[in-house]
Amino acid sequence: MAQKRVLMKGNEVIAEAAIRAGCRNYFGYPITPQTEVMHYMAKKMVEAGGNFVQAESELAAINMVYGAASAGFRAMTSSSSPGISLKQEGISYIAGAELPAVVVNIVRAGPGLGGIQPAQGDYFQATKGGGHGDFRNIVIAPASVQEIYELVVDAFNLADKYRMMVMIMGDGTLGQMMEPVAFRDEEPIENIAKPWAACGRKGDDFHHTITSIYIDPDVLEKKNIELQEKYKIVEANEVRYESVCMDDDPEIVITAFSTCSRISRNVIRQARDMGIKVGMIRPITLWPFPSKPIAEAADMPSVKGFIDVELNAGQMIEDVRLAVNGKKPVYFHGRMGGNLPMQKEILDKIVAIHEGTLKEGGIV
Amino acid sequence: MAVVFEPTKGLTDKPFHYCPGCCHGIIHRLVAETLVEMDALETAVGVASVGCTYNSYEYLACDMVQAAHGRAPAVATGIKRNLKDKIVFTYQGDGDLASIGTAEIVHAAARGEKITVVFVNNAVYGMTSGQMAPTTLVGQVTTTSPWGRNPETQGYPINVSEFLSQLPGAAYVERVCVTDFKNINAAKKAIKKAFTVQQNNLGFSLVEVLSTCPTNWGKEPLAAMEWLKENMQKQYPLGCYKGADLVFDENGKYVSGSIPATNNNCVNVAEVK
Repeated sequence: MAQKRVLMKGNEVIAEAAIRAGCRNYFGYPITPQTEVMHYMAKKMVEAGGNFVQAESELAAINMVYGAASAGFRAMTSSSSPGISLKQEGISYIAGAELPAVVVNIVRAGPGLGGIQPAQGDYFQATKGGGHGDFRNIVIAPASVQEIYELVVDAFNLADKYRMMVMIMGDGTLGQMMEPVAFRDEEPIENIAKPWAACGRKGDDFHHTITSIYIDPDVLEKKNIELQEKYKIVEANEVRYESVCMDDDPEIVITAFSTCSRISRNVIRQARDMGIKVGMIRPITLWPFPSKPIAEAADMPSVKGFIDVELNAGQMIEDVRLAVNGKKPVYFHGRMGGNLPMQKEILDKIVAIHEGTLKEGGIV
Repeated sequence: MAVVFEPTKGLTDKPFHYCPGCCHGIIHRLVAETLVEMDALETAVGVASVGCTYNSYEYLACDMVQAAHGRAPAVATGIKRNLKDKIVFTYQGDGDLASIGTAEIVHAAARGEKITVVFVNNAVYGMTSGQMAPTTLVGQVTTTSPWGRNPETQGYPINVSEFLSQLPGAAYVERVCVTDFKNINAAKKAIKKAFTVQQNNLGFSLVEVLSTCPTNWGKEPLAAMEWLKENMQKQYPLGCYKGADLVFDENGKYVSGSIPATNNNCVNVAEVK
């Protein structure tokens, strides 16, 4: 493994990692704060011999991804929250047609046009569907530029393996921050055959069709059940999370992903300096959600309670509460509108939990 | 016994779901026969759209991708950029192409995307039961223009071939119909020319085919054909709107004629000294 480290922006690393992962199709539409993904692709994707198309809209961009993926080629698009809302039509079709694709959401604050500062208000949209119909996407939330690189490469493999869309969910902070990143000499690209692809009949005595329409209700129900069976396999095999300071009987467990987990990591140290044993479970896959380690933490006698930290009014906390299942209290700290929590805000709540003075609840 | 006629291999055995007197059957066959004659059935990829044409992916025997409403040109773009030497085409109705898919069709043409669009215009939404389409004629009664299309509140029909032919990226645009043998042959020739334009990388190509919808027009099949000739052809005159001067040799190789690369009248600031 090459250990030469280079300083790069999160958004640029998304693009670089995709090209390294063998993706040769980028279709996008400008939006802040994911702009650098597109800028990088405009040059580097073309230099890599791939396709870069600045589409006329987010709808067109996701449907270009749909087309390229239908023909069996690795393809991606990137956007930010309002643009991802537009892409939801195509995302649902991608799920229905079982196409591998990678979509990046560098989340900004909403609702509506909202603002261009970081947020995590798209958690529900990303993990609970977003588009119409019963479907799931794998949702991956990196927390550093190095992790962006590794997880984007993995995302393309997972997409091909399961014929599913994989969303890389970051936020404005992660996309804009510069950090050192060490690239591998060779990427672990899994070359998965795509005999289903519509790229010419290739001598088969049937034509390949890519579709999400099944007019017969029995056929459509069967198709839906097949999808749910696939999602079960993904849930069983692809959960990823990080445990931080969970081995020495922590009293309070933070749950946080991406940017919030970075802020929380410092709070753990500060709390421990004050004699409060705090640990953290950081979901890396937001779907499938790491319910099991959270449930196990809820069963630990040392754990008095959880505190969920998010850049929203409390979205992932619903999944945390489901996993905790009423065994321990789950407190919340969130900031909205593009603001980030200060370490002290979280620390103060941890102290209050420790003293037994904090009430459970949401942002208000 | 000598075989004098057999169905084209370009169509699957699946029975059409189209209504009696609908032109989709004829147009499907023309596309299918052309692919076979150009030896492209094994390599071409088609994109079906939404509306009565949704199921064309089941009927055409080449590889087919079913797209969301209006998005077929974007889907075809994604395919064609990866399969540069294959024929990639969309098959779209007028609600799909000229209403919900206006952005996609305009920009595919503007980019000079090397795809072919078979655009079937029957002046009405067929599948959803006869609503007013962007191509509905002024005064035409539909389920959503019960007193006839009123320009005051419902605007005017869109002449797709005329406006797309204004875009430099469009290399070939022709409007045809399939009301009789002569026109059917002309339509097939246009489809073949459009595919040939694509094979020569000359730019975007579109064949608009005027079509009947007896069911939603409330007419017998023959009366519908007459209505098409008397009314639709006046609003939508047949003819070649772009690329009439394109000449190909017997092998389909480009010989001469106006193409976007040499005849686009665009200011090129890179060349301005």
